[in-house]
Amino acid sequence: MNLFVLLKTVPDTVEELTVAADEKSLDAEWLRLKLGDSDEHAVEQALLLKEKHGGQVTVVALDAPEIDDALFTALAKGADRAVKLVGELGELGSLAAARLFADFLRGGGGTLAADSLILLRGQSIDDLEGEIGPFVAGQLGLPYVGVVVAVALEGGTMAVTKEFAGGLRGEFRLPLPAVLGIQAAEKPPRYVPIAKVRAVAKTAAIEIVDVTVPQPASRLAVERMYRPEVANRAQMFEGSPEGVAAQIVDLLAKQSLI
Amino acid sequence: MANGILILAERQRDDLADITFELLGAGRALADTLKVPMRVALLGGEAEPLASRLGLADEVLLVPHPQLSVPAPETVAAALKALMEERPADLVLLGVTNASLGVGSFLSLRTGLPYISYCRGIRVEDGALVLTSQLFGGKIFSDVRFPDGRGVAGVYSGSYPADAGRSDRTPTVTKLDLQVTAPAVTFERFIEPPAGDVDITKQAILVSVGRGIQTRDNIEMAEQLAQALGGAVSGSRPVIDQGWLPLTRQVGKSGVSVKPRLYLALGISGAPEHQEGMKDAPLIVAVNTDPSAPIFDVAHYGTTTDLFDLFGPLMAAIEQRKAAR
Repeated sequence: MNLFVLLKTVPDTVEELTVAADEKSLDAEWLRLKLGDSDEHAVEQALLLKEKHGGQVTVVALDAPEIDDALFTALAKGADRAVKLVGELGELGSLAAARLFADFLRGGGGTLAADSLILLRGQSIDDLEGEIGPFVAGQLGLPYVGVVVAVALEGGTMAVTKEFAGGLRGEFRLPLPAVLGIQAAEKPPRYVPIAKVRAVAKTAAIEIVDVTVPQPASRLAVERMYRPEVANRAQMFEGSPEGVAAQIVDLLAKQSLI
Repeated sequence: MANGILILAERQRDDLADITFELLGAGRALADTLKVPMRVALLGGEAEPLASRLGLADEVLLVPHPQLSVPAPETVAAALKALMEERPADLVLLGVTNASLGVGSFLSLRTGLPYISYCRGIRVEDGALVLTSQLFGGKIFSDVRFPDGRGVAGVYSGSYPADAGRSDRTPTVTKLDLQVTAPAVTFERFIEPPAGDVDITKQAILVSVGRGIQTRDNIEMAEQLAQALGGAVSGSRPVIDQGWLPLTRQVGKSGVSVKPRLYLALGISGAPEHQEGMKDAPLIVAVNTDPSAPIFDVAHYGTTTDLFDLFGPLMAAIEQRKAAR
């Protein structure tokens, strides 16, 4: 199989996010970037498919801070090829980013091999303009299913499992080549020691592909970015762990929960 | 905005999903302010009986084509575009739900209209739409306008009250016979959720764990707390995806919605997808070291004490209180 995984780093939301002085973007100085959760799962799902059906895994990303780390980590986990699309990227919307990925995948006007499968995050925490998966699929004229949690290859077609709500899932069938938005891989993403990533970073190379950003780069302009102003935030318990524990237990006792 | 508002009704098996009514309520208010019609697209075989429940709409556009019953997003987008050729719309509203994800992007691609996702609110300012999009796991809001006033908006579940979208009025239903080309993606079957495990929707007390629990071994701490309190353990998406808890224990958009008497959230950040499944619990206590974690926006009580520091004293205090009864 010809497996492609399209990757992107996003701000780590465990960290404090600060709005920049222009009130239109995040303050980049304090951002710690990491692969999104479903990006990690897309890599894992590609590696699982390669292990089962053979083939090659290519990870592709637009140039961004920390992206080399993410690409080397994917190589250390078992990806065969890493590609970085480089250019005057700036603030790219989902549609413009999808065009760059689609151009790369077509190899400059060519077509995708019949056994190609493109996997990518289902949605991203910064997808203001919409999920990128449908945009990539639309550009390439390929079928798409998102919120995927399992992929079974049967001859020239695939049976994929999509999550609905309340634990309900649905099975869909589609031909290859195709684009899948991965919500979760069939197994938790594998762990790779940092030493192995460092070793790979010394020996392996990331292929650089120059790209020209399509215009408009983004169709939407943020008017104002701000932290949610919440009317009824939680009443906070302060003090030592013992003191906080006592306050929680008092609360539960008052509500007849203990 | 001269043309109307078009809402995508979302089906859930033989029923309508709540998001449909949330969108109807939100759309009705916008349509009245802007003095434009609001229409609802109701798609799929056997959809007809559901039309009578969409009374808030000025017109229900019914397309009872079997290919649209459990469709891939591109198929829905194609149908919506065809509907918009019959009934032009300047604003399309749909849910940011697993069932509708992807439709907005495909519709944007087909119509050239921009799509704004993760919306929490849509208001009219000086005659123009201003959309508030909640990004970065619920931590940041962005106010955005469509460049030329027209577009597609994806709205998070729980942003508007569903009851405001229900009506006893009988809507005008127009049945449309659209051509639906055979899609490349076909629905095969539903896979029911696994049964047999604890039903977390029926528990009075849930001790729920998130990424902050750090390791599979630490789940034991939550088990001990749940046992001491007489409840069960549930979790958020990252914990389920790691395989630390079974799928049956997942709270949130892809999992189940719960309403226990006590929801004790340990190390859960509280992304909108999680809040959707627990925000209606009457007592939510959250433990998270990040004071800006969105979980504190829905919790009634909270602490930033490290859960690993809190565990011992909390267990001791619970046992002491139980012994003193």
